[in-house]
Amino acid sequence: MAIEVRIPTILRSYTGGAKAVEGAGDTLSDLLADLDARHTGLRGRLITDEGALHRFVNIYVNDEDVRFLGSLEAKVTDGDTVTILPAVAGGALGLLAAAAYLGC
Amino acid sequence: MLTIDKAILDAIVAHARRDHPDEACGVVTGPIGSDTPARHIPMENVERSQTFYRFDPMEQLRVWREMDDLDEEPVVIYHSHTATEAYPSRTDTSLAGEPGAHYLLVSTREPEVTEVRSFRILDGVVTEEPVRVVGDVDEHAVQSYMFGQTPTTVDYECRG
Repeated sequence: MAIEVRIPTILRSYTGGAKAVEGAGDTLSDLLADLDARHTGLRGRLITDEGALHRFVNIYVNDEDVRFLGSLEAKVTDGDTVTILPAVAGGALGLLAAAAYLGC
Repeated sequence: MLTIDKAILDAIVAHARRDHPDEACGVVTGPIGSDTPARHIPMENVERSQTFYRFDPMEQLRVWREMDDLDEEPVVIYHSHTATEAYPSRTDTSLAGEPGAHYLLVSTREPEVTEVRSFRILDGVVTEEPVRVVGDVDEHAVQSYMFGQTPTTVDYECRG
């Protein structure tokens, strides 16, 4: 039994089109490193150069937002489902932190 | 081209007017591959801002899972600008994360006229597209919407 990771449309180019992949790890950080080994570049779309989760990415472990579970230190375990969704956000005037998520 | 039912468009505009001067936001889902906006879901703007919007993450999870269960996808993602034109800002462009969706912008900056324009946003490139309204459209009604379709012409009668 592994951890199922559901991938949003915009990141499926890293998984060969797959909408779900499997991974392993004790924390979200470990899990993303594990995924990146098989899907190169995926982790870079989720984590900033400073090593934090991108502000405009939502990651959930089962039904909970990882922001409330310790973010990258959130615990994950076999049988969990991790869901990644790009934030739907924007607006007339910019928050400059917006740039990083899409790799711009 | 975005083809959208008049009742849904009216509901989107009503939502934007209701939330003015905060930005309103939401999604209209449809069957995967249909390119038909069918189910209108106004979403909460968790930023509650006059210049920024963000879907509440838990509400987004619920709605996206629902779409998955119903074999739907987001056909239209809309939000309003309350003091500027109905055109994607740089933030809108950089954050657009649903490549298959039509990004509908509604401007409520004028009390009498609502601007409605639609765009595709792919890899940071914004392309405007025409909006075709279908359904119970009274051809003799004075349109209180202004649709931008191309840079040089505006078809107020939506004949396109």
